[in-house]
Amino acid sequence: MEGYLLTLITFLPLIGMVIVMSLRDDKAIKTWALIWSLIPLALSILLWFAYDTAAGGLQFEYLAHWIPSVGINYHVGVDGFSVPLIFLTCLLTTISLWYSNDVIHDRVKEYYALFLLLQVGMLGVFVSLDLFMFYVFFEIGLVPMYFLIGIWGGPRREYAAIKFFLYTLAGSVLMLLALIAVAFNTGSFSLVRGSMTSAVIDAAAIPFAANPTGTAAIMAFLGFLIAMLIKVPSFPFHTWLPDAHTEAPTAGSIILAGVLLKLGTYGLVRVVMPLFPGAFSALAVPIGFLAFTSIVYGALVAMAQWDFKKLIAYSSVNHMGYITLGLVAAVAAVHAAEGEALSPEALVALSEARQAAIDGAVLQMFTHGIITGALFLLVGLIYDNRTHERDFRKLGGGLWRTVPRYGTFLIVAAFASLGLPGLAGFVSEFLVFNGAFRVSIAGNPELLILTALSVLGILFTAAFILWKIIQLLLLGPQNEAWLDTPDLKRHEMGMLIPLVAFMLLFGLYPRPILEFIHPASASLLETMEIDSAHSADELSSDSDTTETQP
Amino acid sequence: MPNLGQIFVHFSPELILLIGALVILAYDLVVRGRDALQPWIALITLAAAAAATIGLYGDAATIFEATFNLGSAAQPEIVTVREGVFISDGFTHFFRLISAVSAALVILSGMTYMRERTPFKGEFYMFVILSALAMNLMAGANDLIMIALSIEFLSITSYILTAFLKDDDKSIEGGLKYFLYGSITSAAMLFGLTYLYGVAGTTSLPDLAAVIARPESELVSGLDILVLPALMFVLAGVGFKLAIVPFHQWSPEAYEGAPTPVTSFLSVGPKAAGFAVLIRLFAAVHGSESISTAWLGILAALAGVTMVVGNLAALRQSNVKRLMAYSSIAQAGYMLVGIAAFFGASLSGIDALGSVLYYILAYVFTNIGAFAVIIAVENASGSSEISAFDGLAQRSPMLAVSLVILFLGLLGIPPLAGFFAKFAVFSAAVTSGMTGLAIVGVLTGVIAAAYYFAVVKAMFMHQPAEGAGPIRPAPTLTFVIVLSLVMTFVIGIGVQPFLDLANAAAAVVLPAASAVVNGH
Repeated sequence: MEGYLLTLITFLPLIGMVIVMSLRDDKAIKTWALIWSLIPLALSILLWFAYDTAAGGLQFEYLAHWIPSVGINYHVGVDGFSVPLIFLTCLLTTISLWYSNDVIHDRVKEYYALFLLLQVGMLGVFVSLDLFMFYVFFEIGLVPMYFLIGIWGGPRREYAAIKFFLYTLAGSVLMLLALIAVAFNTGSFSLVRGSMTSAVIDAAAIPFAANPTGTAAIMAFLGFLIAMLIKVPSFPFHTWLPDAHTEAPTAGSIILAGVLLKLGTYGLVRVVMPLFPGAFSALAVPIGFLAFTSIVYGALVAMAQWDFKKLIAYSSVNHMGYITLGLVAAVAAVHAAEGEALSPEALVALSEARQAAIDGAVLQMFTHGIITGALFLLVGLIYDNRTHERDFRKLGGGLWRTVPRYGTFLIVAAFASLGLPGLAGFVSEFLVFNGAFRVSIAGNPELLILTALSVLGILFTAAFILWKIIQLLLLGPQNEAWLDTPDLKRHEMGMLIPLVAFMLLFGLYPRPILEFIHPASASLLETMEIDSAHSADELSSDSDTTETQP
Repeated sequence: MPNLGQIFVHFSPELILLIGALVILAYDLVVRGRDALQPWIALITLAAAAAATIGLYGDAATIFEATFNLGSAAQPEIVTVREGVFISDGFTHFFRLISAVSAALVILSGMTYMRERTPFKGEFYMFVILSALAMNLMAGANDLIMIALSIEFLSITSYILTAFLKDDDKSIEGGLKYFLYGSITSAAMLFGLTYLYGVAGTTSLPDLAAVIARPESELVSGLDILVLPALMFVLAGVGFKLAIVPFHQWSPEAYEGAPTPVTSFLSVGPKAAGFAVLIRLFAAVHGSESISTAWLGILAALAGVTMVVGNLAALRQSNVKRLMAYSSIAQAGYMLVGIAAFFGASLSGIDALGSVLYYILAYVFTNIGAFAVIIAVENASGSSEISAFDGLAQRSPMLAVSLVILFLGLLGIPPLAGFFAKFAVFSAAVTSGMTGLAIVGVLTGVIAAAYYFAVVKAMFMHQPAEGAGPIRPAPTLTFVIVLSLVMTFVIGIGVQPFLDLANAAAAVVLPAASAVVNGH
């Protein structure tokens, strides 16, 4: 049973899809889809508690040979990175379906079928331990998302849908070639590499280990990296995101921001970092520059938006930038002062700093999913069935007085998004910056500059949230146009409460989730061997000099 | 020297097809225009030919062992019909099955279409059967003269099928253009074949291979330089069948003008048979290093140009049949990547050629399935413009969903058959050091998404035209669509047996020296 749990979670939505397709009545479809989505959610909670955090590593593994002559396996398993994200996926899917029950009246059957198919794709990525499988699931999600945007989206939906599809497809096809190169180089598609241990398969070699920064290695690395950065999306690959987000139906935006963007950053920690530690480390500063640009540029562009939904969309570019920055800090090379090697104590401190950066980055994936999911939900709640207006200038102000419950939820989510201490966003961003600063101070001046400048992003984020959302929308002079707007209904609060609860819980007491992430970060660092390789170089050059001196 | 009985046994699929074609003709004469048994006779003929082929793979009881086991299928059994002209081996069997399946699916999808448009019932089915026979002969051709004759045979049946609707100007125009273009490329090919004969002193492919594999010094001095231009002339003839750039100009007109079931057939059958000839021919010249190096460059360039031109030109089409014409040009480009990789292969050619065969297998079902949906729409609306597909998702959800899945298969989205096909072809390219070609391939695949999705957009995001009701395709058409869908999933997810089948066929065709055991 244990071995089948992940397969069950992943493919249950597919059965749900078949059920939905066989029903005729719209109301029955809505009810069944929602109820069915509770099963994977329940199983993902079970997974959360059944995963042994003390033991860590890969658990709930299952392996079957899929295409043996090429060495492709069906291999699933989870570690501390994937368990929280699986839970996040199931939670946001259930909330999205619940919300959709109120607003989708057109072509209901297709909508719910596609939504459940999308869930299969997302869950599949998080459980895959084989590159080929990872790619398959990575691609499966594209098609349903295309239709969700293109059929149920806003006025420019057709353009936004095809732009999203082509953009992300372009990224992933390059990854396909990189994947082939990795398999050709190491003879294995496995994602269990280097010092990682698996109960069902021997760890494969790290690709291009002989020459980790050679042309072949860098090209393969870039193939994966660009695919992930498009998905994240990081500057300069972000231009599909505002269109897709603005035009997508609310539930589509929640899933897009909450989970689909995480496929990119998850790909970085699951695929890119273990497979290409050397290349990533060598290119850390340029990638760090992209992260910095995403953070500051994303925040500034968000500040310029008057459309509520677009503002949240661009704020995602900013928030996802922190994740990339944290991961860059985890691999950035550290140069000791002239003629000195890093002391053992310094190495331990460095490793702790790197671990903090990864912890923060992965935690940010979860918290951003919760926070931005809630924010898009709040945009939808005010727009879809109430005002049909998203422009701050027309929607505000004094909304808090008109719809006090709505205002309260919005304030908590907005403050979580700007990183107010005590709410979840603060913890992850603090860890990222904490780690990044400590790594760069240990000996990477370029990264230090980038990290220091990235702090500006927090400032700008605070500025646009306080100015646009709090001041213009919630406070300010009473806008007479929306006085009749009804406040949140009970079931609408029901959708928001779990999200807000996690913002508070992990803001005040992040330990339950860090218990998962922290050991996984340690094992990722061990697999990458960034500093040990580095110090080994240093040691061997030391010993060379001592030998030649006499 | 095999006896007559053995010859009958090993030639049985072809004999069955020939007899079936004659029976249809005779039946048509006797019952002129009265009932419609002709398609069913054709289907029975094809089923018998396929059964005979499966029988040839080994005992019917051990068919799986024989087909799925590299070792046992890898021993070709040469049957001399006229001293080495035709070879009946695992490779031929593979293409015999492809031709039987594609001809059968085309007949099933064309029954209602042809009944409504032409009084000549028997001829259509007879020519489809004869085309299948010609494809078989191409796949088994082991001699330059046989290659020329079988290609000519297939060309003639294809011209007639294209111009089948005598009262339709477009059909006539397409047929004429096809014919004119085909005549010139055939002449070029024959010219090239004479040079090959001049250099090697033989028309037999195995003898040619032996001559070419000799160290260069032993070739008749001054003549070896002719092999390359000779092969290029031959390529013109074969490339015409494959519709690869720059031998493709006939195809958009022929595809648009031909009756849609014929278009469906043209996009699959002649292409597959053309690749069979190409593979046999190139396997024969694979032994010479200088020829291999030259062909690596030429084929890589042709593959790249074909993928780029095919996909870019498809973007501008507003007629789905023309769109599919360009899409199938591009698809031939992807298959050509695998052939190019065969010349660059460092380990063995099995993976490269096997990937091409797997690609063809996936392509046959996916493309014929897509055409079946197009035929259904055309039957209902009389048009194959993209606008005829407006709102199909609301008119006939099952047709729309089927076409999306089949398009995604052609595009290579996992877990459909086309995905692993592309993966295998590009794997072969990357492992042969042709990463640049693979990059061109995957990026043009993104362009392909744009035009396939133009149709998808019309189906799902446009409103149906006034008064356009649901479409109810004929049961035979539904059968083709469902079977194609099932096979698209089955070949794409249960990859291994089909890959083994393709690799086994590929292993047979390689000269013994390079047919080392599969690397994995």
